[in-house]
Amino acid sequence: MCRRPKTSRCPKGIIKMNQKFKGAAVIKDNFQNFFFVLPAFAIFCIFYIYPFYKMINLSFYDWRGIGPMHFIGLANYKELMGDNLWWDSIWHAGYITLIALTFQNALAFALALACDREIRMKRFYRVVFFIAPVLSEVVVGLIWNWILNPEMQNGQYIGLLNHFLYATGFPQLVHDWLGDPRTALTTIAIVNAWKGFGWGFIILLAGLQTIDKQLYEAAKIDGAGAWKTFTNITVPMMLPVILVVVILTILGCMQVFVLILTLVNEGLVNHTDVPVTRIFSAMQNTNRFGYACSEAVIFGTILVCVSFITKKLSDKVKQA
Amino acid sequence: MCSFLVLAALAGCSKPSSPSNKILLWHWMTDRNDTFQKFAQEYQKETGIEVTIQLFAPSDSYSQKIIAAAQANVLPDIYGILDKKSIVADFIKAGLVADLTDAMSADGGAWENSLFEKALSDRSFTSGNIYDIKPGIYGVPIDVTNIQMIYNKKLLNKAGIKSPPQTFDEFIKDAQALKRVGITPFVAGWGELWLLDCFTSNYAFNIMGEEKIFKTFRGEVKYTDPDWIKVFSIFTELRDKGVLIDGIVTKGNKYAEQDFALERAAFAFNGSWCVNVYHDMNPGLDYGVIPPPPISTAFPLKIWGSSGSSFVVNGSSPNKDKAIAFLKWLTAKEQQVVLARETYNLPSNKEALSVISPLLEEFAKGMDQSTHPNIWPLNEDPSVSEAFDKGIQDIIIGEKTPQQVAQDVQKAKDLQMSKGNH
Repeated sequence: MCRRPKTSRCPKGIIKMNQKFKGAAVIKDNFQNFFFVLPAFAIFCIFYIYPFYKMINLSFYDWRGIGPMHFIGLANYKELMGDNLWWDSIWHAGYITLIALTFQNALAFALALACDREIRMKRFYRVVFFIAPVLSEVVVGLIWNWILNPEMQNGQYIGLLNHFLYATGFPQLVHDWLGDPRTALTTIAIVNAWKGFGWGFIILLAGLQTIDKQLYEAAKIDGAGAWKTFTNITVPMMLPVILVVVILTILGCMQVFVLILTLVNEGLVNHTDVPVTRIFSAMQNTNRFGYACSEAVIFGTILVCVSFITKKLSDKVKQA
Repeated sequence: MCSFLVLAALAGCSKPSSPSNKILLWHWMTDRNDTFQKFAQEYQKETGIEVTIQLFAPSDSYSQKIIAAAQANVLPDIYGILDKKSIVADFIKAGLVADLTDAMSADGGAWENSLFEKALSDRSFTSGNIYDIKPGIYGVPIDVTNIQMIYNKKLLNKAGIKSPPQTFDEFIKDAQALKRVGITPFVAGWGELWLLDCFTSNYAFNIMGEEKIFKTFRGEVKYTDPDWIKVFSIFTELRDKGVLIDGIVTKGNKYAEQDFALERAAFAFNGSWCVNVYHDMNPGLDYGVIPPPPISTAFPLKIWGSSGSSFVVNGSSPNKDKAIAFLKWLTAKEQQVVLARETYNLPSNKEALSVISPLLEEFAKGMDQSTHPNIWPLNEDPSVSEAFDKGIQDIIIGEKTPQQVAQDVQKAKDLQMSKGNH
C-alpha cells in the first residue's frame, strides 16, 4: 500500500497496483466469508428453500404420492377456493386462537402478576404453572380424554369432569363434551388454552420482572392506586412483551394438530377440522398430495399475512 | 465441516447397488417385533444371511415413511404397503415391487398352495384388472385377519341373554335387555373412519349384494337409491335405540378395545388381532365371536378379511432372490406356528391352523364369508368415501337424516364423475 502523505504525489502505477491488491483482498475476504457461511447456506437451501419450492411446485400437479404426476395448473387452487370444509377449518383454527388470545393470555397475565408480587410459595406456583406446556401434546390429549370421558361403568361416570359434576349436584350439566358438535370445538379450545397458558405466563413474568421497581415507588408517592399503576405503568411497559406473546399464540394455535388428533381422532365429522388436519387428511386419506400442497401454500400465506399485520400493529403501538 | 457431514449423511442414504448377504426389512407391527427379531437370528444361523429387522410405528408414520422412501428410491429389500390397491399398483408400475408369481408357482405351486387364497388375492392382480398391472402375485401375507362382532359372555348372561344374536332384530332386542340392567350394549372405534366403513359395507353387501355396490362405484346406481337409504338407516336405529356407547364417533379403536376388555360394553366390532390385545389387557375376559347379525336374507352378509399384514419385495433390490427366500421361510409352517402361538394372530399358512386357540378358530371360520376392498374389482373414490363415512358420523350424532347424507354423498360422487374419475 502507498503510505505516503496525501499531499505528496503518488505515482499512477503504484495507485493502480494498490487498487489491484485491494480488489484481491476484498475477493479473498468475500470468499472467506462465503466459505464460512456456505454450510449454513447449504443446509438452509436443502432443508428450507428446496422443500418450499417443491411444495409450491407440487401444488400445480395432481399426484398420489407415487407414480405419474399430471400438471393441472391452478385447478387445485380453484377447487380449494370453493371447498367449504377448508374455509370452515380456517374458522375453527381462528376460534381456537381467539380463545387462546383472550382466555389463555388473560389467565397467563393474571397469574404472572400474582407471581411477580411477594407471595408465599411463589417458586412452587411458577413450577406448577409451567408443567402443562412442557408436557407432550399427546400426553395432554390422553389426560383430557380421561377427564372428558362421557361413559359410565357400574352406575358411575368414568370421566373426571362428569363424575365431579354429578357428585356435586349438577347432573344436568353432565355431557359428552367432545362428542357433541355444540361443545366439541370449545372444549378443544379450552384444553389447548390449558396446555398453552404456561408459555405466556413465563414470558409475561419475565417481562414484569424487567420493569423498574422505582417507577412503582414513585407512583405510590404520587398517590396512584393499584388500578392506575397497572394501567399507566405495567401495561405500557409490558406492551412489547404482550405483542410477542400475541404473535406466538397466533402462530402456535393456528397450527394446532396433535391435540386434536389425540382428543377426537379423525375429527367429529367436520366440526373439529383445522387446516393442518385437512392437509394431513388430503395426504393420508385421499392420497391427494398436490391438493394438500395447495392447502399448505394458502395456509402458509395466511399465516405470513397475519404475522405481518401483527408486526405492523406492534410497530405502531411502540411508536405511540 | 457441516457440508461434509451433510454430504456424508446423504451418501449414507444411498442404496447399496451390489448384492450382499444382508437383507433389510422395515415393518410396523409392534406386537410382532420380538418374534421377528428372534426369527432373524434363527435365519442367520440356518443360512448365514443377516436379516436386519427395523420397526417404524405407528402404522400411519410407517406409511408416510414408505412413500417418502419410494420417492427417494431408498426402500429396503422387504417392506409393506399399507395402502389402497391403487397405490400398490403405482408402486408396481414404478418398479418398486417384485413379481413373485414364479417363486410362488415353483415346485408345483407348493408355496402358493400353502397360503390362504383370500390372503394372497389381497396383493394379487388378475387379468384385465383396472390398474393395468401384469397379472400375478406381488405380496406375501404374514398373517390373515377378519373383522367380526365380539360378545362378552358374562355381560350377556347378566342380562339374561342365553345365546348371541343371529339376526339384527335379535341384536337390537339384546341391546335393550342389556340397557335395562345398566350395561352399554356396543362399542367400536368409529373415530377411525375405515372401521366405520367396514361395518357399513358389511350391511351394504347384506342388503343389496355386491353387484349393486360396484354399480354404485361405477356411477350406475345412485347413493339416493332406497337400498343405500336402508344402509344409512341402520345407524339411525342404532342411535335411537341407544345401542351405541357415548362418544363412539370420536373413539379410536385402542380406546374401544380398552372399553371391551374392561367390560364396559357387551358387544364390540373388532378384528382378529383383538385376541392378542384383549389377552394383554384382561387375560380372564370370557368372550365369543360371531359375524355381525344380518339384517336381511336377500344377500349373504360379507365381512372384511384378507391378509392382515403382508410384505412385498423391493423390485429394484440387488438382494431380491434372498429376500424372497426369507419370506418363503417366514411363511413356512414352523415359523407360522410360532407366530400364531406368540402373537395370537391368524396364520397365513393353512397348515399352521391346527395349533391356533379356539377363539382364533372362531375367527378363522369367518374367512369363508370374507371380502376386502383390496380384492374388489374397483373401489370408491377416496373423496366420496370420506363424505360417506363422515355422513354416517353425522347420522350418529343426530345432525343429519339418512336421506340428507345420501344426497351429500351423491353430490360428492357427481363431482368426482364430472372430473372423469370412474
